[in-house]
Order: sequence, then C-alpha cells, then structure tokens
Amino acid sequence: MGLTLKEILYIFDKIENKISLNKQFLTDLDAAIGDGDHGINLSKGFRVAKEKIQNIDFKDWGEILKTVGMAIVSNVGGASGPLYGTAFMKASMLGKGKTEITIIDYRDILQASIEGVKMRGKAEEGDKTMLDALIPAYNEVCQGIDNNLPILETLKNSVIAAEKGMEYTKLIAARKGRASYLGDRSIGHEDPGATSSFMILEVIFNTVKELRE
Amino acid sequence: MVSLLIVSHSELLAKGIKELAKEMSGDVVIEAVGGTEDGRLGNDYSKIYEALDKIYTDDGVLILFDLGSSYLTAEMVKEAFEMEGRENVRIADSAMVEGAVISSIEMSLGRSLDEVCEKLLELKINKI
Repeated sequence: MGLTLKEILYIFDKIENKISLNKQFLTDLDAAIGDGDHGINLSKGFRVAKEKIQNIDFKDWGEILKTVGMAIVSNVGGASGPLYGTAFMKASMLGKGKTEITIIDYRDILQASIEGVKMRGKAEEGDKTMLDALIPAYNEVCQGIDNNLPILETLKNSVIAAEKGMEYTKLIAARKGRASYLGDRSIGHEDPGATSSFMILEVIFNTVKELRE
Repeated sequence: MVSLLIVSHSELLAKGIKELAKEMSGDVVIEAVGGTEDGRLGNDYSKIYEALDKIYTDDGVLILFDLGSSYLTAEMVKEAFEMEGRENVRIADSAMVEGAVISSIEMSLGRSLDEVCEKLLELKINKI
C-alpha cells in the first residue's frame, strides 16, 4: 500500500468531502435516535482538520493524525468528537518517525482506534456504535494480511464487512449514548456513528484504489 | 481551596448553575464552560482545557458535567493534565445542579477534594 504523507493528506481531503456531502443524511439518522447533530458536528470537525493540516510541513503521519484528532475533539461538539478524537490520537502514537502507511500500519491504526473508542466510550461490539463497523473491518484487514490477499481486495473486504456491521445496527437496541435512553425504540434505525465510520473506511478504500490503479 | 468546573453542552446552563452555586459559596472559584466556539450545543476540548488551566491549583478541581460527551471531553482534558503532572482533578458522577450547590458549599468550608467527592456520593446517578 505504502501511502505517502502527501497521499494521506489527500485521503483526509476526500474524507472531509464525503462527510460534508453527507452532512444532512448523517444528521437525519441522528435526529431519529439521538440529538440530531452528528452530520453537522462531524463535518465541522473534519473541515477544521482539513484546514489545519493544509499548511503544515509534516515529518511523519503520527503528526498528521494527531493534528486531525485535536481538531476533531475541539470542534465536533458531540460525543463523536472525543470518540473519533481519541481514535485518531491513539493511532497517531504509532506513526512517530514513519513517512508511509503500509497495510500492516493500517491494521495497527484500526486496532489502536478501536481500543481508543472502547476505552473512551466504554463500549463493546453490539452496543450500536461506530465499533459495529470498525471491528468487522479490522477483522477483514487481519484476514487479508494473514492470507496474503492483494491490498485492494483486503480493503474492499473490510469495507463490505463495515457496511454489514452498519446495517446490523438497525436490528439492535442502543446501549450507549443518548440513543440508549430510547431503549428498544432505537431498533429499526441505523447508528449514525457506525454509518460515518463506514463512510470513512469506504473513502480510504476508494482513494487507495484511485491512487493505485 | 478546591475549585469547581461546570461542563455542559449549553453555555446558558453552565452559567446558570454557576450563578446558583455562587449564592452560597463565597469566594470559591467556579468556572462554567458550555457549547462550541461557533455557538452550537456541545463540547470543545480547548475551551474546557483553558477553563481548567485558569482555575487549577494543587488543592484540586472538581468537574461536574451534564451528559455523555461533556464527560468524554472532560475526561480527555483530565488525562492531558495528568500527563503534565497536574493530577488533582476529579470528575464526579453527580446530579449537576444539586452537586454544584453542595460541593461549592463544602469547598467554601475548606474541605479537601477527597472530602468533597465523598459528600457527592449521595448524589450519584450512575452517569459515568
């Protein structure tokens, strides 16, 4: 995979664009079972992150992820701020002195992000959170590496798994956050956090595909 | 003297609670933070960090919060302070209005951070 710092910045550009385009969709999902601000909040966070990383001469991708994490935690507003913020900041610790993201790094980034979200949100898989998209995606990346699959196939599998995980959140009740106050009434709606996580993973796959094909 | 930091999604709510707590707590230092820089409901790590930085002393600071993300963000700030060696910060699981009034009175009586937290246990509502 070997993503350079320039390519990583380009991926964040694409993520910001995707979240911005889906701002209303994510907000509508959140309005059904939460406080109705996920899209607006996340789009604000990624926009500030994009502005911040534009004018910095980064030495490694650890600094890029840390800058993104800080921008998110200070600008999102809702719980996705500290959750995505912790994910990016935990992952950033792996990138010290590294100028490329390999598929092994990507696996480790996902693992650190998942640990960060679990720690911060005290959540597990099946609680109807972003973890329901992230954990299946991580498992597929591990599978791909273990079975020596081509990188694009591995990334594609991880996105398919994340999508399935996201769809599964429709069938379960929320156990975390404000949606948990709704109890079983949260069933039937897909989780906005799992949806934004799926979108981010999908953008990463699509952008790597665009860059490598 | 221990200080109090109120963290809410809403600046209005945070300030209102500060106003109420101020009535009976004399010269206890109370800071209230709420909302984002651009006026949305929510939390801003930088704003909470700056407020805590302003009132932090070795006697300690108690943080009271309203809901979910206020706690998550305050926790991140607390961790950052710990990494800087400023470890006397506690976040209490407490009803926010009653907790602010009772804890600030305790603070005004010169109670330690441990004693204030002990007192707040009666207001625990399992939100952490």
